Amino acid sequence: MSGGVLYRPGDSPVHRIPPQVKLLAAFAAVLGVVATPREAFWAFGIDLFVVLAVWSVAGVPVGWFARRAVIEAPFVLLAVVLPFVSGGPRVDVLGVAVSQDGLLAGWNILAKGTLGVLIALTLAATTQPRDLVLGLQRLRAPAWFVTIATLMLRYVDVIAGELRRTRIARISRGDDPRFLWQAGAVARGAGTLFLRSYERGERVHRAMLARGWAGHMPAGPAAPVGALRWVAGGSPALVIATAWAVAAWPV
Amino acid sequence: MGGGRVAGVSALDVRGLTYRYPDGTAVLHGIDLHVEPGERVAVLGPNGAGKTTFVLHLNGVLTGTGHIEVAGLPLSPDTMREIRRRVGVVFQDPDDQLFMPTVADDVAFGPANFGVTEPELGERVRAALSAVGMAEHADRSPMHLSEGQRRRVALATVLASDPELLVLDEPSANLEPVARRELAEVLLSLDRTMLMVTHDLPYALQLCPRAVLIDNGVVVADGPTRDLLADADLLAAHRLELPWGFVPQP
Repeated sequence: MSGGVLYRPGDSPVHRIPPQVKLLAAFAAVLGVVATPREAFWAFGIDLFVVLAVWSVAGVPVGWFARRAVIEAPFVLLAVVLPFVSGGPRVDVLGVAVSQDGLLAGWNILAKGTLGVLIALTLAATTQPRDLVLGLQRLRAPAWFVTIATLMLRYVDVIAGELRRTRIARISRGDDPRFLWQAGAVARGAGTLFLRSYERGERVHRAMLARGWAGHMPAGPAAPVGALRWVAGGSPALVIATAWAVAAWPV
Repeated sequence: MGGGRVAGVSALDVRGLTYRYPDGTAVLHGIDLHVEPGERVAVLGPNGAGKTTFVLHLNGVLTGTGHIEVAGLPLSPDTMREIRRRVGVVFQDPDDQLFMPTVADDVAFGPANFGVTEPELGERVRAALSAVGMAEHADRSPMHLSEGQRRRVALATVLASDPELLVLDEPSANLEPVARRELAEVLLSLDRTMLMVTHDLPYALQLCPRAVLIDNGVVVADGPTRDLLADADLLAAHRLELPWGFVPQP
């Protein structure tokens, strides 16, 4: 399950914060990062410090996040290319003339993208996938969204398993597993997988109806979250939001 | 849990049930079936006979024409919710039935939908999982269970709603011999009215004293399972066959 890749079991104060608090805090933190002016380098430094502090309290090593942050690589590539391909005034960096606007735009993508990914990974590393869905439900996310998230959580492995089996079946019948040669077979396999998943969706829907499903996932009663826990859980986002407010304040 | 029975009322009464697919193809041509409380009935028939389509009518997932009554309650749009509580369907593929992240969540899904709340909900989940010998797996993902364990959890998901009628669609499909026997032991330990759709004729003989044979959308035979399985001509006429070497004892 994807949760097995992203979630790191633990019993730290960060792990124990109710999922709805963490979801809201992560959302607010990402908003704060995105809204920060790109020239406010110091503010991004504070944001990174906050993220590192949360990791430290959560007891999750930096390497855990670094390996998973590789997903950001395509954006990093774009950020690196921008200073060379953008127009406008040039500045010398290590003896190479690059676009000043492109440099700032690349930095903007790199800083905000990296911090956004790290915040999302922090949420995923400290919250069980099913608790994330529960948190969404407690935040009154639309019922259809919660249902889709719940089913996705359950069936992503089933579909991945089917994909694995069809690949093995293809290879067993002499399919060449090099990219260009197998593109056609992969495309046909994806089509078959879609149809199978669609049919399974219909069967699952019937099984849900048979057990009284009425359009929304049943949720157990949630223990009320005290003000102190909201403040504790929301404090990293508060620091990031404060850094944004100071950086964006007109001088 | 006991699936409370009302004296003098049949567990299931189906009269003249017919159904056509949306494209007009007729599947059920007038099924009649009467099941008494506590009976265990096997529903036999070749592929395409309409067995699963029939099962999906019992809790109103499909709606044809005819009369269906469960423990004295006629099936209608007004009674659909209660009928779905009364009829517990265990589907053929546990992966279709177990859609929640953990075993306990899945077992709680039905009763929670039917309005059961804590602390009774937790008690129902524990009792249902204990009944199928899966109590220690409550917090695991269904994905990490064996096929036999998943089948037993699927059974628990419907037991938790305390149904009057248990309907099992091919319960022994894809099970290794040990898991097959374990499931049979669990099913025999349940004091429930049971309808079991199966191709597995020895399993039908082991679990169900009575059998009905459905072909071309009608009931073509109804009687003691042993008698039906001993009728080689009847089986052959409806594309059923006992496993090689299997001879039902008279």
